[in-house]
Amino acid sequence: MRVHAKRAIALVAGLLLPAVVMADWTMNMTPGVTGTSNEIFSLHMTILWICVAIGVVVFGVMFWSIFAHRKSQGYKPANFHENTVVEVLWTIIPLAILVAMAVPATATLMDMYDTSESEVDIKITGYQWRWQYEYINDDFGYFSGLSTPRDQIENRQAKGENYLLEVDNPLVIPVGKKVRFLLTANDVIHSWWVPAFGVKKDAIPGFINETWTRVDEPGTYRGQCTELCGKDHGFMPVVVKAVPEEEYAAWVAEQKAAAEAERQLTEKDWTLEDLMARGEKAYATACASCHQADGTGMPPAFPALKGSQIALEDMNAHIDIVVNGKSGTAMQAFGGQLSEVDLAAVITYERNAWGNNTGEMVTPKEIFDYKNQQ
Amino acid sequence: MSAVADTHSQEHHHGPVKGISRWLLTTNHKDIGSMYLIFSFAMFLLGGSMAMVIRAELFQPGLQIVQPEFFNQMTTMHGLIMVFGAVMPAFVGLANWMLPLMIGAPDMALPRMNNWSFWLLPCAFLILVSTLFMEGGAPNFGWTFYAPLSTTYGPPSTTFFIFAVHIMGVSSIMGAINVIATILNMRAPGMTLMKMPLFVWTWLITAFLLIAVMPVLAGAVTMMLMDINFGTSFFDASGGGDPVLFQHVFWFFGHPEVYIMILPAFGAISHIVPAFSRKPLFGYASMVYAVGAIALLSFLVWAHHMFTVGIPLAGQLFFMYATLLIAVPTGVKVFNWVTTMFRGSLSFEAPMLFAVAFIILFTIGGFSGLMLAIAPADFQYHDTYFVVAHFHYVLVPGAIFGIFASAYFWLPKWTGHMYDETLAKTHFWLSFVGMNLAFFPMHFLGLAGMPRRIPDYALQFADFNMVSSIGAFMFGVTQLLFLFIVVKCVRGGEKAAAKPWDGAEGLEWTVPSPAPYHTFSTPPEVK
Repeated sequence: MRVHAKRAIALVAGLLLPAVVMADWTMNMTPGVTGTSNEIFSLHMTILWICVAIGVVVFGVMFWSIFAHRKSQGYKPANFHENTVVEVLWTIIPLAILVAMAVPATATLMDMYDTSESEVDIKITGYQWRWQYEYINDDFGYFSGLSTPRDQIENRQAKGENYLLEVDNPLVIPVGKKVRFLLTANDVIHSWWVPAFGVKKDAIPGFINETWTRVDEPGTYRGQCTELCGKDHGFMPVVVKAVPEEEYAAWVAEQKAAAEAERQLTEKDWTLEDLMARGEKAYATACASCHQADGTGMPPAFPALKGSQIALEDMNAHIDIVVNGKSGTAMQAFGGQLSEVDLAAVITYERNAWGNNTGEMVTPKEIFDYKNQQ
Repeated sequence: MSAVADTHSQEHHHGPVKGISRWLLTTNHKDIGSMYLIFSFAMFLLGGSMAMVIRAELFQPGLQIVQPEFFNQMTTMHGLIMVFGAVMPAFVGLANWMLPLMIGAPDMALPRMNNWSFWLLPCAFLILVSTLFMEGGAPNFGWTFYAPLSTTYGPPSTTFFIFAVHIMGVSSIMGAINVIATILNMRAPGMTLMKMPLFVWTWLITAFLLIAVMPVLAGAVTMMLMDINFGTSFFDASGGGDPVLFQHVFWFFGHPEVYIMILPAFGAISHIVPAFSRKPLFGYASMVYAVGAIALLSFLVWAHHMFTVGIPLAGQLFFMYATLLIAVPTGVKVFNWVTTMFRGSLSFEAPMLFAVAFIILFTIGGFSGLMLAIAPADFQYHDTYFVVAHFHYVLVPGAIFGIFASAYFWLPKWTGHMYDETLAKTHFWLSFVGMNLAFFPMHFLGLAGMPRRIPDYALQFADFNMVSSIGAFMFGVTQLLFLFIVVKCVRGGEKAAAKPWDGAEGLEWTVPSPAPYHTFSTPPEVK
């Protein structure tokens, strides 16, 4: 029956679907690429087959009755209504099956909780709606957010192969090494999941959760945030690139150099034009999901910046709200999230874009001094 | 207690009063039962139409119909309305109608409180639904309203939502007190506890669950209220609070809550299966003990909803073992139902069709529950469509089919007419196919990695989502047929005998159909 149902479904869907959709009919979990994910997969298959077996017996008896013991065929009912032996048996046998199932599950769980002896430590922080990855041993870090263009989401453009599962800066990890993840969040609860690793852990503000993985096959692995975290919960993918060790070492060196270069930008003399150009980019990644690309926001949760008091009047108040956030609202403190250069650029951009023509600018140096005063 | 009942019946020997005041002021358990049932069906259609919005948006990848903010409001309101507005009041309605008839009592023990607990509900839902039209929109943080998304980051309407939950809680607790008082005090002479019909047993246990956990929910939302409006930090980490505390408190309510939504259905099914098998229920005593065991265990498993929050290993193991244990009493119930059918003399009128589908599909929901209980595997299933498939299999063919089965079973008693059997069977088959088409593919989506509560998805999930949406639309439209069948049955149809089902047992079948406005003014004798 299942085969017929599948064919019927495939036929209906085939008629309805445009040929461009690259969907598939995957019905089961995939084993993944780590030891943990393989163990989970085998637990999953074991319990699935146990359920199927119980189902066959129970539904078998039921369907036998449905077909054979019908009133319309003149079947006379029996009158039994208890049997202690049978009742004890069908209490004890399921219990035994469950104990048999709990043993391997316990072993896998203990293994998943063993985060000791890691070789690389990465702190993952969930933000509305992107991830921050910090390589705590190497002193650099960056944000990773959705890179699928808005036009694809709004159906103005054909959807790409990795629609909604692509980011600007993927997490990079070395293959063959035990990588420990330390998870927390800056605003609401998020959950970091890569199905191919069998790793899912909640990122909770005020808590640091631990989990780990060891990936043996190089490749790009994709997942998503799995804890409802607000409006863009569905647009917060996780992408991990597992690379060979030498490649990883080279990449780390490059990142460290880039982080150093970024720090030096604070000292540079910036013009209004330079800040505006950089500000537009920084605004698009850090601010636009709430305040919108055109600065009109989504009141009342996310106020407009276009023509707003904050962006047009007192500069210090503007710097304060961007750096320190506003408690009790969705406005985060960006002081720790963005570099001085980006903070200065964003504030300058907000004071001069969309007709907010104040002509005022703030330099990275000034932001640096502002932060130090606090 | 008998003195109270006697004066009551003497004062009201006439029929119901005319006009709106009959409904506003009624203390009659049958009137109140009908109001509960009508209210819950209205909420079922409202919550269902929100599900249609969700499935329409998920019909294809990309954003077509609604924006993510509104999508989140839909998933939240759908869940809240279905749980608190459709399923729970429907069972209270069945309890009001049937408990006095089944135990030979003239009415509920506390009739005026009964009226009050019903009329609180429309007020609560008026407040809840009105949030859709408020600035900032309705609650958008899921029916589980995890802090701090629902506190610091919640919309301004959250306070109204909290008030609505408080009122619903008051209504449920009063309803539960009424059920307990009625069952413990007003049974006909000779009806000992172990002679009570199973629907009475399951409702007695459900009522105790309600009294135990609704105050816990009230506590959770009160802490939210304080965090939002009075500057406390119960759930705010930056003020020294604990977001995970919210989840512990919520699920301490939430897990017994799922049994509140299913135990009365267990009871009703335990009447319907023997009636249409023309054979006594197999293992009455073990059915009672199983329900008791499930209810007790339901207090010890809450953290299985929280396997990924980072509770310690010992905690994970405890909650995994405790959860697996629930499968044992649940299995006993399923085995008993199947054995009741075995070597019976079966016929398949609409109540039996819904009951058989209940057993099969609820068991499938139980199987996926067993899989979810395996903590390591739960790391892959958690918060994916696999979970959505699981709880819809437990709630739609579980709770909702249980309610449909009960409705068809007792409609002749309520209205005095037989319903249209052909239409009812059509209703069943369309619901059955639609429901499976809607929810079975969700297992595949979850296993393939689709998270729940997302308004848009990656392309590999497109096909099964489309199938699921088609099934959901089919299931949704079919429910209008149920409305038509019930209206038709109320207005006329073949006259129903006092006992329209030849295999049915119980005191409710000893009174005429339709059941007179006042029944059992003198208690019957139970041997």
